[in-house]
Parts: sequence; structure tokens; C-alpha cells
Amino acid sequence: MAVTVKIPTQLRAATGGDAEVEVSGSTVGEVLDAVFDAHGDLRERITQDGDLRRFVNVYVSGEDIRFQQGLDTTIDEGDEVTILPAVAGG
Amino acid sequence: MSVESLKCKECGETYELGAGYACERCFGPLEVAYDFSGLDPAEVKRRIQAGSQGIWRYVDFLPFSGPPRDPLEPGLTPLVRADRLAERLGLDAEIWIKNDAANPTHSFKDRVVAVAVAKARELGFETVACASTGNLANAVAAHAAAAGLESYVLVPANLEEQKLLATGIYGTNLVGVRGNYDAVNRLCTELAETRPWAFVNVNLRPYYAEGSKTLAYETAEQLGWELPDRVVCPIASGSLFTKVARGFQEWTDLGLISGSQPVFNGAQALGCSPVATAFAEGWDVCKPQKPETIAKSLAIGDPADGPYALEQARRSGGAVDSVDDDEIRAGIRLLAETTGIFTETAGGVTVGVLAKLAQRGEIGAGERVVLYITGEGLKTLDAARDSFHMHEIDPDLESFESEFETTQEVVA
Repeated sequence: MAVTVKIPTQLRAATGGDAEVEVSGSTVGEVLDAVFDAHGDLRERITQDGDLRRFVNVYVSGEDIRFQQGLDTTIDEGDEVTILPAVAGG
Repeated sequence: MSVESLKCKECGETYELGAGYACERCFGPLEVAYDFSGLDPAEVKRRIQAGSQGIWRYVDFLPFSGPPRDPLEPGLTPLVRADRLAERLGLDAEIWIKNDAANPTHSFKDRVVAVAVAKARELGFETVACASTGNLANAVAAHAAAAGLESYVLVPANLEEQKLLATGIYGTNLVGVRGNYDAVNRLCTELAETRPWAFVNVNLRPYYAEGSKTLAYETAEQLGWELPDRVVCPIASGSLFTKVARGFQEWTDLGLISGSQPVFNGAQALGCSPVATAFAEGWDVCKPQKPETIAKSLAIGDPADGPYALEQARRSGGAVDSVDDDEIRAGIRLLAETTGIFTETAGGVTVGVLAKLAQRGEIGAGERVVLYITGEGLKTLDAARDSFHMHEIDPDLESFESEFETTQEVVA
């Protein structure tokens, strides 16, 4: 499944300035692994011991993956994956 | 000025004092770092006492490189002793109400917004914006109007009518988003990437959050430069809760006040209680929730400072509790009946949790407890509806006498 991953400003130094990355995968975990394969620096910045760091939010077409199956959340054709800092609001 | 840099609370990486909020290395939240070593406590105390009648008297502890420009200064709200409330709860303790409804737009949000808007001006922004559950919307619209800045205020479209009216009146761009607060917040986080705006609680959040420290400073000053033994404080994002703690700690470190730090009790609505749930379960992060509560100003299902609020409650020997909608209404009523202060649903949550602590016997004899009442009852009128009976009579003496004779008989 081809999918667009939106990269927040804070991480673009690790993608050579790209705001979007095109990869493929059938779950959020697979999609993120494909992103890390393309841009190695990102893995350490947003994950720790195989899990997302506690201030990283990931959304599939606007829905927080913690309300779904986390990294096992499945990706459908046309879905967009967004990574955002979890430290806003209130 | 003592302000130094922005510093990541997780990994310690430092950044320049610009518009930024998340660490590029680990995504942790950025916080303002200061160097207070050049401050002489006696001199600072004199400066505070001779300062303005609002939060700018504490400018030594705020994130500015020059005097803040702000025409709508909040702060120095009343700290009221509530003996009748203590009595009703069977407490042999000193209960104090910090009534922050007495701010320009009637909530504690004036403090954080005044700091954020003054910082936005210092950084050269022309437009301010926010994601809000209501009180912040009122404050951003008003402070932007007073400062002559353009503003965009994004709120859940189903907000209380009073909060929408008290925002739109200031001439802001009011945007009702079809979704809950967490969806509004996500949208603003994305918008902050493309618009050259100061989102007070996104890219200016490190500065904005500093405004909450002034609640601690005022509390200490109004108690005669002393610390309370315990505070009861509502938790939405957890920012207020952690910053009040930081305020007390900063003044203690500097030697302006002394003694043990207060016990921190957090208050949430049962229908949106990610922090209370994590506290009860012993987790160190919060599991997000879909809010379902009348306390809309606290309806943040994914609290940004949740982990730090948990740490603060545990470190201080406190707790985070939740109360249901009926307990919230009862809390509003109890505060009104015993102090003459009419608070919104968030205040009902705080009073409800105090009642719970009293019931559990957690408040000791002689303890000095401060309750943070963060907003005004006129903004959430639905919560008061049907909570009392109005006598309706004809305009003659007989009608009055017969109504109250009857009532007395019923009561007897």
C-alpha cells in the first residue's frame, strides 16, 4: 500500500527538508520502518526501544493510532500518516 | 532580565528564545530556562511590592527580554478565606479560595495569554491564534483586540453558547471546528507549520505556560509570603498544575519563601479523566480518552503535560481524583452557597474533589489548603439550570404571604 507520511518541521533536518515522504506498508509500524529505512536519523528521534517516544503522536487520516491498534493499525489505500509533537494545547 | 533559553524537559537540549515548542532531538516539550543567580531576594521583594497591581509585578520571573507591553493586565485576584465551606465539609482546616474568575475575561487564561501575547509582540508577530476549550478563546480574542493584533480562535463547534458569544464580541476570526478539542489541537499543530502566526498554546506554549506561575506567586504573597500546605487544582492539559508547582519552587529556591512544598491534589471530571486514571493505575503516561463531560473547559482527552502532572502529584504526596457530572453541579452549588462565588464547571470539579478528600479524611486539622477556582459561573449557565426553585406570585401581599406560609408549612 503506497502511503504519504507527513513530517513535522522539527524532524525535517532528518529528511533533507522534505515535508512528505512516500513509502509503502500495510500497518503503521511497517510504514514507519520504511520511513526509517529511507531516513535513518528519524528512528532514534521518534522511537525508543522499539516504541514511539512518549511525546510523539501518530495519526492515520486524522485519527490518533492510540484509539486504534497502535503500531498495528492497518493502512488503507489513500490513507495519510501524520507525525506530530504531542506537546501542544491546554 | 533572567531569561536564558528554551530547554527540552526530556533531554536538556537548549534552543534560542524564538517561537518553538518541541525538541528536534527527542520531541520533548521545551520550557523556558532562567538564571536567577543575579537576583537579590530582598531587592526582588521590594520590587514586587512596589510593582503593578497585576502579574507584571512578577516580571523578574517571566520570559521577557524587556518590559512586557500589555494593555489588559490580569492578576492579583482575591484570595478569600472560606470558613463556611470548611464547616460544611466538616473540616477543621483553613480553606482558601483563589478566585481567578476575577480576571479581565473571567478565567485564569488571562494570565497565560497576557504573557503569550506580550511575547508574540516582542518576537514581531502580527497575528495570534489558539486551540481552545472556551476560556482561552475569550482571552485570546480580548487580548488581541486590546493589543491591536489580528486573531484566529479555533474551538469545538459544540461549545457552550456563552463562551462563543464572549469570544466573537471582540472581533476575532472565530472558527468552530466539527470535532472535539483534541481534533482542534491537532489541526492547530498542523496550521502552526504553515501559517506565520503565534499560536499561543502551540508554537508559543513555552512562554504561555509561564503565565500560570503567577498564580503561585500571588498565593504566596497573599498568604503573607508563606506556602500553603496543600493545593487543589483542576487538570486539563496539566500545564497549570505543573507550573503552579514550579512557581512555588522558584521562590523557595531564591529564598523569598521557605518550608516544605505543598501537597498537590489534581481534579478532573470523570468523563475526561486520563490523568486521574493513569494515577490510579500507576502508569507514568496517560492513555487518551474521548471526553464526555459537562466540564468542557477541562475536556482534553490527550493532555500534553499529563506525565509531568502525574510526577508532580506523586512527588508531592498528593493524588489526582475525578468527580462525576452530578458531583460537579453539587460542587458549584456548594461553593456558591458558602462563599458567594459562582464558578463554572471546572470550579465544580475542584470543589467536588475537595469534598472527596474531606470525606476520605485526607485533610488534617489546621492544614492550610488553597483551591484554584479558574473560571466564572456565568460562562456555563446550563450547569446551574434546574438546581433551584423560583417562587412565582401575583404582585400583591396576599399572594406573597400565602406562598411563604405554604413553603414554611412544607419545610416544617
